Amino acid sequence: MTTAVARRRRALSDYQVKMLFLMPTLLLLVGMNVFPLIWSLYLSFHRYAADMPGRAPEAVGTANYTALLHDPNLWRYFQITAEFVVLAVGAQFLIGFGVALLLNREFKGKGLVTTLILLPMMLSPAVVGLFWKLIMDPNWGLLNFLIRPVTGAAPAWLTDARTALPSLVMIDTWMWSPFMMLICLAGLNAVPKYLYEAADVDRASGWFKFRHITLPLIGPLLLLALIFRTMDAFKLFDMVWVATAGGPGDVTEMVSVTLYRQAFQNWNTGEACALAYILLVVIIALSNLYIRWLNRVRGEA
Amino acid sequence: MRHRWMTLAGVLIAVALLAGCTRKPAGTTKAEKIVIGWAQWAPADYLQELSKEYTEETGTKVVVEQIPWPQFQDKIFAAFAAADDTYDIVVGDSQWLGRCSDPDSQHYLELTDWMNENLDVDAFSEAALINLGEYPKDSGRYWAVPAETDAVGFAYRRDWFEDPEEMAAFEARYGYALAPPRTWQELRDIAEFFTRPDEKRYGAALYFGKQYDTVTMGAQEVMWSFGGSYGDPETYRVEGILNDEAGVKALEFYIGLRKFAPQGAESFGIGKECVDAFNQGLVAMAEDYFAFFPGLVDPEKNPHATQTGFFPSPAAIGPDGEERHYISIGGQGFSIPRYSKQQEAAKEFIKWFCQEPVQVKWAGLGGFTANRNVLASEEFLKATPYNEAFAACFPHLRDFWAVPEYGELLTVTQTEWNAAVNGQKTAKAAMDAVAKQHTEIFEKAGYYK
Repeated sequence: MTTAVARRRRALSDYQVKMLFLMPTLLLLVGMNVFPLIWSLYLSFHRYAADMPGRAPEAVGTANYTALLHDPNLWRYFQITAEFVVLAVGAQFLIGFGVALLLNREFKGKGLVTTLILLPMMLSPAVVGLFWKLIMDPNWGLLNFLIRPVTGAAPAWLTDARTALPSLVMIDTWMWSPFMMLICLAGLNAVPKYLYEAADVDRASGWFKFRHITLPLIGPLLLLALIFRTMDAFKLFDMVWVATAGGPGDVTEMVSVTLYRQAFQNWNTGEACALAYILLVVIIALSNLYIRWLNRVRGEA
Repeated sequence: MRHRWMTLAGVLIAVALLAGCTRKPAGTTKAEKIVIGWAQWAPADYLQELSKEYTEETGTKVVVEQIPWPQFQDKIFAAFAAADDTYDIVVGDSQWLGRCSDPDSQHYLELTDWMNENLDVDAFSEAALINLGEYPKDSGRYWAVPAETDAVGFAYRRDWFEDPEEMAAFEARYGYALAPPRTWQELRDIAEFFTRPDEKRYGAALYFGKQYDTVTMGAQEVMWSFGGSYGDPETYRVEGILNDEAGVKALEFYIGLRKFAPQGAESFGIGKECVDAFNQGLVAMAEDYFAFFPGLVDPEKNPHATQTGFFPSPAAIGPDGEERHYISIGGQGFSIPRYSKQQEAAKEFIKWFCQEPVQVKWAGLGGFTANRNVLASEEFLKATPYNEAFAACFPHLRDFWAVPEYGELLTVTQTEWNAAVNGQKTAKAAMDAVAKQHTEIFEKAGYYK
C-alpha cells in the first residue's frame, strides 16, 4: 500500500497538482461565464428564439444590431437609463458623502447608527421595489398619508408620467446611498490625522482642509464607488420591473427592462443577445472613462 | 486489492440493474405525484382542494404549483425553453396556444385524438373549447382541455345604485334610471355621476395597467364592441383595420374613462388593484375577471360584501350606431408539456376532472366550469352572487391573437395603450403605433409572403 501511494505521489508533478486544484474553478468559469459569453455573441448574429427548439439559428449577419441601432425607441430607452443613472448616482454620491462626513467623528451610538443606515442596501432590490410601490400608492400609501396633511396634495408617484422616473431615482437613492456612505467613511477613516493637525497649525480653513487634504486622498476611493454604482444603476432591472414594469407608458423603460422583454416575453433571443452586447460595450466604455479619470486623480494625489 | 475492486464493480452493476428494473417507464399511467403549473389565484386553490379526492381515489398526489401572475408566463416559458420536466400539466393562457403548438416549439402535446376518444367533447361550452383549447381556430385540433373558463365582468355598489336620492339625481341628470349599465356609454355616465373626489368617491376602477395583459384585456372589448378589430384573421393585415375610425373612437372612449377612476389607476391591474379599490369603498364599479370576485363576497375582505352586485362587461354602440357586445375571455386549459415524464398520468387526471360529477364539485368549490350542463344548472347559477352574470358572458367571449408571435403583439398594445391612458399619446397616435408595429411583427414572421 505504502509503495502504491508513494508511486502515485511521484507521478503527480507540482504543475499537475496546481492544475488539479485550479481545474474545478476553471471549468466552472468556462461553463458559466466564458461559454455563455461566446454563445450569446454567436446568437447575436442570428435570428433565434430559445423557446423554439425546432427552429435552428438563422444567420442574419449584423441585422440584429442594425435593427436595434435604428430603433428610435431604443435610443429613448438609453436616454431614460442615462437620465436615471446620472440622477440616482449623483444623489447617492452627494447624500452618501454628506452622511459619511457627519459620521466621521466619535459620538455615542455611532456603531448602531451606522448599522441602521446600512440596512436598506442589505435588502433585495425586488423587495425594495415592492414595498416602495405600496408606500407610494396614491390612495392608501404611507407616503401620501404623511404628506397630504402638510402639502394638501397626494401625488401618484409611480403612475404619473411626470413623477415616475424621479420616484425610481428616490427609491434607488434610498437603497444605495448607504453604499456610498460606507466607501466614503472607509476613505475618510484612512486619511492620516496628522495632516489635519498640521493644517490646523497653519490655521487652514475647513474648506481648505476638505479641498486640499480630504478630497485628494479619498478621491480614488470615491471614483471606485462611482464606477460600481454607475455599472449597477445602468443594469438595474428587478426594482424597476416590480415597481413600474417600465410604465406608465414607457417613461421608466430602462434598457435592461427592454432586454428582459426581448429575451423572455417576446423570445427574440438573437436580438436580445445583440442588445446585451450593446449594453456591455456601453458599460465598458463608461467604466474606461472612469478608470482614466481615476488614474489621473491617483497621479495628482 | 484487485479482488476488492471486482467486488465493488459487481455491487455497482447490481445496483444499476436493480434501479433500471424498478424505474418507471416514461409515460406510465400510475404516478406517485403529478405537478400542475398554474397562476396564483383562487381557482388554483380550488383545484388543489379538488385534487384531494383524486388522490384518495387513485393514490396519486397532485401538487398545484402557483406562480404569481406577473411572472406566470415568463416562468412557464423559461421552463419550456429549458425542456424542464417539472410540470406534468400546465394550465396555460389561451394566447399561448399558437406558440406552444407551433411545429418548431411543440411544447404542448396535441390532444385531439385523445380528447375525441376519451372525453365527451360536446359537453364543453363551445366558446370555452374553441378559445381555450383549439388552434388554429376552426381546425378541430386541440392542445388544451378547458379547465377554468373566465370572463371580464364588473362588481358594483348596490347600496349606491339603489339609494333613492342617488337614483333620482341620476335620472334627473341623464334622463334614464340608474341601474347596472347595459352599454359602455351608460357605464361612462354612471362613472361620471359617482366621481366625487371630495368625498373620496370615484366612478370605476378599470384595467389600465401595464403589467402582463391588463390594459389590452380592458380596452379590446370596447374596441370590438365599437366595431373595431385587431386585423384580418385571414390575411393578418392590420393597417387601416386596427386604426380605423371605430378603433380610434373606442380607445378615445376607453382612455376617457380614466378621469372617473381613483388616483394611480394607470397601474391598476388584474386581480389586485381594481378589487382593492372596491374593497376600500373608493369606487362605484370595479372591473376584473370573475375568478377574482370570491374575495368581494367575503365580508372579511370586503366590508361592503352584502351590498355588492355584479354584471357582465357591457355592450357598446359603435360610431356606426350599431350595438355590439364582446367580452374578453379569461381562463385557461389543461395542456400537457412534451417534456413531462408522466404524460399518461396527466391524461388520467384530466379525464377524471372532466367527468360531470367532478365538474359539479369543481363548480361547487368556486371553479368556473366549462361543462355546458353544469353551467346551465340552477344550482350553478345560484351558487354565488356573480355566477349568473358570469354565465351571461359566454355568447360574447372573444380573445386576443393566439398566434406564436402573441407575446410581441401584446407588448406593443400594453405599452402604447398604457401610454394613451397616461396622456402621453393621443388615441389616434397610439392606435397608429400599434398598427405599424403589429404589421412589422407579422411581416418579420413571414405572414405576408
